Amino acid sequence: MLGLGKKDFILLGIVAALVLLAPFILNPFPADSALAQFNAGYPDLMQRFMIFGIFAVGFNILFGLTGYLSFGHAAFLGVGSYSAVWMFKLLSMNVIPAIILSVVVAGLFALLIGFISLRRSGIYFSILTLAFAQMSFNLAYSVLTPLTNGETGLQLTLEDPRILGVSQTAAGGIPVTNLFGMEMRETTTLTLGGWAFQFNNGYYLCGALLLLAFYISIRIFRSPFGLMLRAVKSNQTRLNYTGLNTKPYTLAAFVISGMYAGLAGGLLASMDPLAGAERMQWTASGEVVLMTILGGAGTLIGPVLGAGFIKYFENIFSKINDNVLHSWFHILPDSIENAVIWVVEHFVGSGWHLTLGLLFMLVVTFLPGGLVQGGQKIGRLFRRRDAAAKATQSTPAE
Amino acid sequence: MGILEVKNVGKRFGGLQALSNVNLSIAENTVHALIGPNGAGKSTLLNCLVGKLIPDTGSVMFDGQSVLGRTPYEINQMGISRVFQTPEIFGDLTVMENMMIPCLAKRDGVFKLNALRTLGRDAEIRDKAEQMLIDMNMIEKREMHSASMSRGDKRRLEIGMCLAQEPRLLLLDEPTAGMARADTNNTIDLLKQIKAERDITIAIIEHDMHVVFSLAERITVLAQGTPLVEDVPEKIKGHPKVREAYLGESAAAA
Amino acid sequence: MDAIILQILNGLDKGSAYALIALGLTLIFGTLGVVNFAHGALFMIGAFCAVTLNKILNLSFETLDPTRTDFLGNPLKVKTPYVESWFGPDVGAAIIDWSVPLAILFSIPVMIAIGFIMERGLIKHFYRRPHADQILVTFGLAIVLQELIKHYFGANQIATPAPDAFRGSFDFGAMLGLDPNVIIYPYWRLVYFAFAAVIIGGVFAFLQFTTFGMVVRAGMADRETVGLLGINIDRRFTIMFGIAAAVAGMAGVMYAPINSPNYHMGMDFLVLSFVVVVVGGMGSLPGAVLAGFLLGVLESFASMNAIKSLIPGIDQIIIYVAAIIILLMRPRGLMGRKGVMED
Repeated sequence: MLGLGKKDFILLGIVAALVLLAPFILNPFPADSALAQFNAGYPDLMQRFMIFGIFAVGFNILFGLTGYLSFGHAAFLGVGSYSAVWMFKLLSMNVIPAIILSVVVAGLFALLIGFISLRRSGIYFSILTLAFAQMSFNLAYSVLTPLTNGETGLQLTLEDPRILGVSQTAAGGIPVTNLFGMEMRETTTLTLGGWAFQFNNGYYLCGALLLLAFYISIRIFRSPFGLMLRAVKSNQTRLNYTGLNTKPYTLAAFVISGMYAGLAGGLLASMDPLAGAERMQWTASGEVVLMTILGGAGTLIGPVLGAGFIKYFENIFSKINDNVLHSWFHILPDSIENAVIWVVEHFVGSGWHLTLGLLFMLVVTFLPGGLVQGGQKIGRLFRRRDAAAKATQSTPAE
Repeated sequence: MGILEVKNVGKRFGGLQALSNVNLSIAENTVHALIGPNGAGKSTLLNCLVGKLIPDTGSVMFDGQSVLGRTPYEINQMGISRVFQTPEIFGDLTVMENMMIPCLAKRDGVFKLNALRTLGRDAEIRDKAEQMLIDMNMIEKREMHSASMSRGDKRRLEIGMCLAQEPRLLLLDEPTAGMARADTNNTIDLLKQIKAERDITIAIIEHDMHVVFSLAERITVLAQGTPLVEDVPEKIKGHPKVREAYLGESAAAA
Repeated sequence: MDAIILQILNGLDKGSAYALIALGLTLIFGTLGVVNFAHGALFMIGAFCAVTLNKILNLSFETLDPTRTDFLGNPLKVKTPYVESWFGPDVGAAIIDWSVPLAILFSIPVMIAIGFIMERGLIKHFYRRPHADQILVTFGLAIVLQELIKHYFGANQIATPAPDAFRGSFDFGAMLGLDPNVIIYPYWRLVYFAFAAVIIGGVFAFLQFTTFGMVVRAGMADRETVGLLGINIDRRFTIMFGIAAAVAGMAGVMYAPINSPNYHMGMDFLVLSFVVVVVGGMGSLPGAVLAGFLLGVLESFASMNAIKSLIPGIDQIIIYVAAIIILLMRPRGLMGRKGVMED
């Protein structure tokens, strides 16, 4: 169905169901319970799951299939955000033109950077993309201030000359982003018992685009083009001596993944119409790499899982402070409690980045195939045990 | 006029004259062997034919067209396929996937952005790849991870991948190097069978005289970067110059 | 003419830092075949060695001075650093004043130890892994190191002054017989340049004239063959890693007075040092040094007001632009050899 095999269609169906039901699934604890801090079912965070899911799915098309490790993909995300905000400023608050422009501009930018970076492979390629991203960051941060508004970041103002729309609302405020009149920030809350489930327009737009992005990624994985990309990773010599030019294949993969990043950037700006240079920093590029390898580079579902995992724990970890820690460990004797808290507080709150770095090292060292591979290993272990159990059961019958 | 005409080719690496004044003509639909002691310039010559190296002087014409200055993939698309000394296959892919790539290259050319087409439904490619695997007698291995196969099977797959492109000239660089006797004999039989079934020209570089004399219809002996003699195998065997330059050496060693 | 000399001088200190970091990166590349994204963090840790020593030396105890009173009429609290009470006020003050040069001595063992731990504990396990994995794991390590520093030292820059004797500037133009007060150059930058020259010279001499260095150079050229000769190349490479870490650390220590250290200075320098390495040619030590100074001086020229008014912001991106142009013309870099780190 939809041109997919049965397995892939089921996978797409599962992801679609998860996206649709996320406001319930991510909100398992009643709003006033102590565990409510582990809920993730609020619009802002759910939008992030979807947006970074798109980012990672796109990154995986380059890194997972061809093995080319780009350290500069945040640049395309940033370019996408800036383009979208400019579209809001100049044309209309409708998100469609903004998203289209962000994808197109990011694609063109990726074409330029890819054309130069892909002259080399391996480490050279990684370093070149890193340098380009850092250059883009510098451009956005200071050089191109008229376009990017430098340190402050690009924002909407009351004086924006919006061609298809008004500069100010009747109430004198800045208009909000919308999809043909449907406001992105609008949220319906459904209260059931102690639970408060939130359904946000912006989230469902992001969700729909994630599904589309995921669907296209499946099609690419199963296409002759996808096979060529995996062949690039496996053996470029043989590919060259099989009459195939590797350059356009890798460049196409680079541009496609740049467009995914642009889409993610455009969506970020559509949910919250501002764009800052920090989105282009190397840490942001590193984050998408981590999402992809944590989930499982080269697998279909891995990047989506990785993005969700990282964004969820970023949110939870950042919220934990000393008071929360004391409330957790207060049953311990004082001296032990203090020691435990001293250790833990390195990793929570503003220490989230430390956790991220450690996670990076641990995943690369011990789980290079990511969560998907880890899951498969565990699955195989159980199956073997099952098979062994069956074998012992069936022996007496023989 | 042969299918491949090499004229006055010379190649220098720093102080070493690897090839000088190489003239070679390979007739269509023959098996032509290139032999010579180590360092005779066999591999350099081969690399000049496939676009890995560009000779300093001379010309290389394939089917009336110059190959000089073209990239390996362009030369391949002209109809020259190459088998490497150590099998070059896509180790991360399955045998079937390996075989589909040359089929795609033959049909779609150097690059095609068919990113939304489903490979599994491409009956033309699938059938052709399966047929090729049947011909190579490895259809039962189609879902195998190709890196986990034996060296002989890898070689068989690589030859099959080259044939799937329907090349007019197949270049083999020491195809039996490092193989056990049984695998070597299998490869000889395979090549004989290929020659019998297809209109194809085969050029082979080989150290193993057993392989050379089982297959070759003509032999060129290369020594110190230049062709010494070219003749039919029977004449080469007894040729005094060849004995001196090459066979004498190995006969003495034996 | 004056302006040109001044910009060349200005470029030398930054160029020295690039060259020193790029030198270490290249050593590690060439010997271990590992791309070390944590190398910038080593530079940063070096700078924080200077900060730490400065803090330690300034540890004080408080005494009440009954002869003086504060504005409330209470006896004045006087802080006296321990070193001053141990060595007497004059020697103690001098020690504190010279904390940055002293930090060099302090940093060498620290950096070598960190280098050994890194190599034996982590990098060693990645020799046979793909380059992408090496990049990722060292990248993770860089984040960890810089976040730890941020945790303990805060996110702000920490001023770490050079000794008083070097705090001034001197008139370089007058020395050359040009107009006075045109080419003014801070002493410490000159010290930094001289220091970098000595270190670079030392590393080259070490590789050139010692047996150890000869084996390492041979190992850089062809690791397997050297291994076949029965030489334990791994242990030597571990030592090289320690040396590279020490070079980066010392570069960081001495840089502290030029630019007050903060936790992300390592990454800022690392990206540029990578560009330097690529421009110089992967695996080429002279290339790394040459490109380091070249790009440092180029950056300094781009920050001249005359040029900045022509192309605003050019100083921020000149290095990248230059790198792109050089790589388009010479894909292997200025002094790169064919076949080095190509896969």
